[in-house]
Amino acid sequence: MSLLEINNATLKFGGVVAVNDLSFSVEEGEVYAIVGPNGAGKSTVFNLISRFYEPFSGQIAFDGQNLLDRRADAVADLGIARTFQNIELFDHATVLQNLLVGRHRHRRTNMIEEMLFTPRVRREEHKHREAVERVIDFLDLQPYRNKMIAGLPYGVRKVVELGRALSSDPRLLLLDEPASGLSVEETQDMRWWIDDIRKQMGITVLMVEHDMGLVSGVSDRVLALADGAKLAEGAPAEVQSDPAVIAAYLGTGAV
Amino acid sequence: MDVLQLLVSGLANGCVYGLIALGFVLIYKATEAVNFAQGDLMMLGAFVTLGLTNAEYMDLPFWIAAPLAIGLMALIGYLLDLVILRHLFGQSQTAVVILTIAMGFVLRFVAGAIWGHEPQTLQSPLSQGDFQVAGVVLGMADLAVIVVTVLLTIFLYQFFQRTKLGLAMQAASQNQMAAYYMGIPVKRVQGLIWGLSGAVAAVAGILFASKGAIDPNAGLLGIKAFAAAVIGGFGSLPGALAGGLIVGVIEPFASRYLAAGYSQVAPYALLLFVLVFRPHGLFSQVRTKKV
Amino acid sequence: MRIHFKTSYENDIRLFPDWWSFLVYAVLVAGAVILPWLLDDFFLGEVTNVLIWAIAGLGLMLLTGQTGQASLGHAAFLAIGCYSCIILMENGLPFLLAFPLAGVITGVFGTLFAIPAVRLHGIYLAIATIALSVLADDIIVLLEPWTDGVSGKFAPMITIFGLEIERWTTPDRFYWLVLAVTILCTLAYRNLLRAPLGRAFAAVRDSEVSATAMGVHIAFTKAAAFGLSCAITGLAGALMGFYAGAFNNETFSIVISISLLMMIVIGGLGSIHGAFFGAIVIAFLPQALSMATDTIGGMIGGGNVAIPGLETGVFGAILILFILFEPMGIYGRWLKIRTWFELFPFARKDMFKRQKSYLKTERLR
Repeated sequence: MSLLEINNATLKFGGVVAVNDLSFSVEEGEVYAIVGPNGAGKSTVFNLISRFYEPFSGQIAFDGQNLLDRRADAVADLGIARTFQNIELFDHATVLQNLLVGRHRHRRTNMIEEMLFTPRVRREEHKHREAVERVIDFLDLQPYRNKMIAGLPYGVRKVVELGRALSSDPRLLLLDEPASGLSVEETQDMRWWIDDIRKQMGITVLMVEHDMGLVSGVSDRVLALADGAKLAEGAPAEVQSDPAVIAAYLGTGAV
Repeated sequence: MDVLQLLVSGLANGCVYGLIALGFVLIYKATEAVNFAQGDLMMLGAFVTLGLTNAEYMDLPFWIAAPLAIGLMALIGYLLDLVILRHLFGQSQTAVVILTIAMGFVLRFVAGAIWGHEPQTLQSPLSQGDFQVAGVVLGMADLAVIVVTVLLTIFLYQFFQRTKLGLAMQAASQNQMAAYYMGIPVKRVQGLIWGLSGAVAAVAGILFASKGAIDPNAGLLGIKAFAAAVIGGFGSLPGALAGGLIVGVIEPFASRYLAAGYSQVAPYALLLFVLVFRPHGLFSQVRTKKV
Repeated sequence: MRIHFKTSYENDIRLFPDWWSFLVYAVLVAGAVILPWLLDDFFLGEVTNVLIWAIAGLGLMLLTGQTGQASLGHAAFLAIGCYSCIILMENGLPFLLAFPLAGVITGVFGTLFAIPAVRLHGIYLAIATIALSVLADDIIVLLEPWTDGVSGKFAPMITIFGLEIERWTTPDRFYWLVLAVTILCTLAYRNLLRAPLGRAFAAVRDSEVSATAMGVHIAFTKAAAFGLSCAITGLAGALMGFYAGAFNNETFSIVISISLLMMIVIGGLGSIHGAFFGAIVIAFLPQALSMATDTIGGMIGGGNVAIPGLETGVFGAILILFILFEPMGIYGRWLKIRTWFELFPFARKDMFKRQKSYLKTERLR
């Protein structure tokens, strides 16, 4: 059984078909990339998995459980964490606080206990902070620990967002264009991190990315989308040489 | 006939609410901000006219004083934007809400300091004479309110739909940065819209003061106009007028048919009711954000 | 400049970052406790008033500063707290039971209001809360059998274990009672901020989408913020009732709602200090103004002149100046001055410069 299975998902906005009868599955432990021209429906797939959009038809299952039964905020409980294309951080909080929000799905204490700050809350806080410090070490975020997000450069925010997703100890990590807007060096770092996330932490990664260098460098399988439908699926090299994919990118008539 | 009379006086009152609500919507459409001082601008507009035309002040003829007051209020609106609101450019809605509430406080104080706190009446040709049609008594002022409001709504609606400036104003509210890139002078456009809403406030003030007495606290009427704008849905000019009429008509009927004490509650209860079922008003324009 | 070397997780968790700040707050609390021996009854009453406003400010700050939900209707919750506490006491409940219960009742009302209100954003929420504030006035009149309508109610004597506490006869005891409530509320507030729920509040304030993706239940979190905020406000309302001695439907008007919101903006949104700074301004402004008008009136020989609307007018003007020149409020200004001294002589002028921002439509959510 695959970790994530999407079967015949279709989503329409008014008359526009954003995702058209799409099926694919992500195996545990792999890095799976979705590529495609702008407007192909890549981010829409993520928003379907996050339950921000309700599919018109089709099924989405994670580890055998039907995702469509869940509210958007209950998706994280299963161990699915994500980043956003246009960074969505908590701007008026520090890096540390942002990462700690990533721990929210592990909250075990209630409001009254927290107001009294009982020993149990303290013990839980220690656990949360230990987990977050591991992420800070892993992503080299120490210099920014207590900085407000609002004052940080773009590249660092991108890393903080990755860190926030990692802090939740996910089983599946959704990365929406992790390298967009990053410099060559930063992209290189991102590549190593994705490798380590898979190999050291054993987290399955599903990512949307335009940078083909990064895609072919880290991913095991690639799915090419156009107009919300599957064009090709397979190893990075196969997909890149697929005539339909080249046509979609360069326009028909080329090749 | 009784019902008809209630309906007519309700419509006339509703038009005043609608006029103030138009001011809210104008600014909301163009700057995405809400001017909580609109009611106080209306009050100021009424007092400026009163100061120009009443015998104990400057004693100008009404038909000179009224356009002069409208022009003055347009200038005041523009200056408010230039001196105060422009510094808040790009800040959140909530900051503007709090700022304009504070502006309302200051305007109320200024008006009280200049014209005193006693209720005064505007000596206006609109406040004299009334018509009697089929047993329904219609005051001159009521008629004027209804006619002017309808004309103004049509004019502003056309302005936003048809003219380049109107479209530029709408664009500026949707995405300031993109509007800049398209060559729209966003800040100047914002100043113009404040001027325009100052003028609308003056019109509302003149008509309101022709219907009855005015004092510095008349601006609190803005809260009711506010309920009107929300019921209609911010961002829609005809919606604002419709909301104003709904609130205006409910009031006389509520005070006639409901027990005393419940009637003042009616417009606000309706407001909460609308917000519960249509959180963004009856003519809502809100969609889901894309991530 | 003090540098914190962090050696354990406790460094980030504990209430005071170092011994120095612990000392400062300890001295502050000690000073507050011995205040009745230092001040005369009039000024002690004024300080009591500051503390009561600060509690109400903390309540609203939790909602507006922490969770980003602006409320212009908190006077309604002050009223609920006040009336429920005093009605419970009139029915024979002791203060020690009636007072916390009043907080709970107000919290429940707040949560009930929040259930529809959590769907509202920005101005729509502001308007709904304004409507609530206007309605509260009328509803108090309509509920005359319980509230005595326009004729109002008188606050009874507070008795705690035989100890009689009253605003006029024993101002020092009343002050200590208010001080104790203030400290407890502040501690609870601080504790929340360093726990998951407090962080969830900030998450909801800054980005609802990503809060959802992190597993934060938006509606529940907002409702919790409303409930807690209203509970604290309710406590402040009850204390206000005892402070005023008598109250009716007009005591908790919409002007109080608006002043409360303006107060926390002037003090500094999103900080505990802000609630206290704001409370100082709002409680002492009328005194300062009447002293000023007396002095000016004396100089021009007009005697004591009362100018209606002066207080709110000046308050509005102060607020405008703050929003224009110091949007972070008094607390923000205080932080800047402190940083300037700590870094001396290395502070740069543009260190706190605001980033240029552009507004996008809020019609998309």
